[in-house]
Amino acid sequence: MNLKKRSKVLLLSLFTVLAFTTTAGASQEFKKWLRPEKVPTPIDNKITSARVELGKLLYFDPSLSRDGTVSCASCHNPLMGWSDNQPKAIGIEGREGPRNSPTVLNTAYQIRQFWDGRAKTLEEQALGPIQADVEMDMNLDLLLSKLNKNSGYVALFEKAYPSEGITDKTLAKAIATFERTVVSNEAPFDKFIKGDKKVISKSAQNGFKVFTGKARCSDCHDGFNFTDGSFHNIALGGVDEGRYKIRKRAAWFHAFKTPTLRDIAKSAPYFHDGSVKTLKEATTICATGGRYPNGKNISTFIVDRGLSETEIDNIVEFMKTLSGEPLNVLVPTKFPQ
Amino acid sequence: MNRVVILFFAVFSLLGAKDYIVNQKKKTFLPGNITAKVGDRLIFKNSDNFSHNAYSDNEANEFDIGMQSPGQDIAVELKAPATIAIECAIHPNMLLTVDVK
Repeated sequence: MNLKKRSKVLLLSLFTVLAFTTTAGASQEFKKWLRPEKVPTPIDNKITSARVELGKLLYFDPSLSRDGTVSCASCHNPLMGWSDNQPKAIGIEGREGPRNSPTVLNTAYQIRQFWDGRAKTLEEQALGPIQADVEMDMNLDLLLSKLNKNSGYVALFEKAYPSEGITDKTLAKAIATFERTVVSNEAPFDKFIKGDKKVISKSAQNGFKVFTGKARCSDCHDGFNFTDGSFHNIALGGVDEGRYKIRKRAAWFHAFKTPTLRDIAKSAPYFHDGSVKTLKEATTICATGGRYPNGKNISTFIVDRGLSETEIDNIVEFMKTLSGEPLNVLVPTKFPQ
Repeated sequence: MNRVVILFFAVFSLLGAKDYIVNQKKKTFLPGNITAKVGDRLIFKNSDNFSHNAYSDNEANEFDIGMQSPGQDIAVELKAPATIAIECAIHPNMLLTVDVK
C-alpha cells in the first residue's frame, strides 16, 4: 500500500476544519452554498476526540482486512481526494471491485451512502467494505475477536465508548465518527461566495453562472456539498444496474447517487464506473444527454443543454475552485498491539 | 334491502372523500404530514421545474407514480388504514408521512 510511503503528514487539523463559519458577507441568494455550521451527527454517536482518534486508527489499520494488506484508506486515500485515483476499487490480492471508490470527503452530509445509496448512515456503511470479498474480505466475528484480544484497542474502545465493549456497533460508530471529521476545507469558491469577487477568475465566475443557469448542473449538484443526494441514470451504459439492484423501481434503473463536487479535481477518474478521466469529459457527458442518450430510463435531468465549448471549459474552471486546502491528517504508522 | 344499504354507504363514502394537495416544491413535500381517511386522495403537484416521483412501500397502500414531469398532477387513492412513509425515488430527502384512519 503506497499510502504509508507517501503520507506521513497532511496539512491542517481536523477540528479547524469543523470550525469554518458562515458569514454575514454572503448575499441571500448565495447562502445555500455556504457550509452548515455543524456536521450532522447522530444522537447516539456524538463526536469526541477519543472516538475520532480510535476511528482514525481503525480507518488506517490494514490489519482489519483478511490478509492485513488493505485498510479503508487504501481506497479512500487522503492524498487522492479521499478516493484512490483508479477506475475501480482494488481490494485484497488485487481483486477489482465493480465500482469506482467514492470519496469519503463530506460523506457526513450525505443522506445515503454508497453509489447506490443502500446505507442510510455512515454507521451502516462502515462495516460493508470490511466484509466485502472484493475489498477487505474480513469475517466480522473474527475481526471482533481479534480486536478484543488487542489490549491497545480494548483500552481505546473503553475510552471512546465506556462499558459498550468492542462490538459491531462500536466498531462502526468509531469509523463513522472519524469519517464525519473528513470535511472539505474552505476553497476559493467559498471566499468568492462570501464576497471576494477577485479570488476566482472571470471564466470560473462565468462557469458558475452557466452551472446554475443554462446548464442546470445545480438541479442536482446543489447546496454546500454540491449534491442533493439524488439518484439518476446519466446514460453511461454498462451492465451495473445501480440502485435498481436493491429494488426494481423504474426510476432506479441504472441510477447512481449524485456525487459531491467538493475537491472534485483531486479524485479523478469520475462516475460510478470510473470511466472518465477528466472533468471536461464528465461535464460534456452530463450536459449533452449522456454517453448513450437513447438508452432505457435515462434521467430526465440529463438532456443536451446546448453548451458551447467555452461554456463547458468555464464550468470546469469553476469546479476547480471547489478545491480546498488538504486536510491536516496525521496518518498513523503504528497501530495498537 | 342490503343492496340499498351498501349503495347508500358507497355514495356516502364517495361524497365524503377528500383530496389533499401535496405540493412538491424546492425538493420538499408540502405539507410533510397529513392525516386522512380511507378513500381520500393525495394529489401530487410538481411545482419544481424538474422531475419528481412519489412512492409508498406500505403493503396495503403500495404505489409508485413513476416519473412525474414539472407541472404534472397525479392522484393516488388511500386504500387502507396505516401510517404511510412516502418518498421521492429521485430525491430521498423528500419525505411525507400520511396517517390513514
